[in-house]
Amino acid sequence: MSEISPQSHRILYCRCAYANTVPQGVKDEVLQRLSDAGRPFEAVSDLCEMSASRDPRLKSIAEGSGCVRIAACYPRAVKWLFHAAGHPLPEQGIEVVNMRELSGEEAAALLLDGNIASSTSSHTSSHA
Amino acid sequence: MLSNDNSPIQVIIYEGKGASPLADETRLAVLSQLLDKGFAVALAKEGGREISAPTLKGKQRLLVLGDFAGDAPSLEDASGQASIETVTVSGLSADEVLGRVEQFREGQPMNEPGKWKPWFPVIDYDRCTNCMQCLSFCLFDVYGVDTENRIQVQNNDNCKTNCPACSRVCPEVAIMFPKYSGGPINGDKVNTQDLEREKMKVDISSLLGGDIYASLRTRSEQAKSRFSKERSPDKALSERKKCLTKLQQDGMIPAEVLENLPSPEEILRRAAAAAAKADVALKAQTSAN
Repeated sequence: MSEISPQSHRILYCRCAYANTVPQGVKDEVLQRLSDAGRPFEAVSDLCEMSASRDPRLKSIAEGSGCVRIAACYPRAVKWLFHAAGHPLPEQGIEVVNMRELSGEEAAALLLDGNIASSTSSHTSSHA
Repeated sequence: MLSNDNSPIQVIIYEGKGASPLADETRLAVLSQLLDKGFAVALAKEGGREISAPTLKGKQRLLVLGDFAGDAPSLEDASGQASIETVTVSGLSADEVLGRVEQFREGQPMNEPGKWKPWFPVIDYDRCTNCMQCLSFCLFDVYGVDTENRIQVQNNDNCKTNCPACSRVCPEVAIMFPKYSGGPINGDKVNTQDLEREKMKVDISSLLGGDIYASLRTRSEQAKSRFSKERSPDKALSERKKCLTKLQQDGMIPAEVLENLPSPEEILRRAAAAAAKADVALKAQTSAN
């Protein structure tokens, strides 16, 4: 299982804006902590909408260089949303932080600092 | 109708060399408001990683927002793939920044939250056994097969919002609806208890699938018979609605599905067409093996 060092990865945040399935308080807190952290990150309005419309931007996320941590929902759903759009995520270097199960503080900590691959949390996943 | 044929706008909040960071409150408000309106946003910092450049059908439009010292710099994409506009947002409120973005957008169509809920089945191919139950079951032509007779979601726009019924008939719990409230349909891990839903699957199939179609077919035949003049299509329709209403009351399907159901004859036709499609795919699989 690969491990992503905290400072070397890209961060992608999904706002889940089309259906608000991710609790509002959690996604707001995660966004705030990312915004305040002084680190670059990318954010999209809704990965489900992008998958449904086969948004070509998913390709650049899936094929971009380096490791990526994705703040979204269940890892199984995220994995197959990319696949459904025709842009499957690579087997290595992708980690999903589940904002439907974690608190905002926990999710942000995992995105920014945590070593997800060695985490005992069942709400995060590595595709390794 | 969903479409991203129009090159989507990518907004970048630039806080690198030559620009001051936005105030924390302003940055957060701009980020959340843009995302809630459907824009993709990237926050670029000094020494940060490069921002990935999407491959698009048309020319991509990049809007770079920053608190630039002096005039906003003029930027050009060396590859010629993107048109880039820079806007200084010094002293602007979040609402004013949003106004600038809308100005840049110039009414270009884009998908926006609130107008449509991304509701469609997502197949977990680690679990799917290609049994074609979903294809046989769905009356709205959502499913089809690819050139290798592998099940796939072909018409996700046909899916009835908030209806996860096909995921309930999947014996492998391989169909997800990520916007659904509960697991494992929402993508949560599948446990043993979920797999034991086979019984529930049969029950639902009998209501929505096999038995109800058989019943309709029987009734249709009986209606044609001189011995069963009272077996009218209206009665069959009534019975079907009764079954489906029970499912709806149990929270398994939304009322909209009931409202959009076609006539009994059309249901029979669609069910037969779906079953035939599934049958062809299954036979092709068998011969390939």
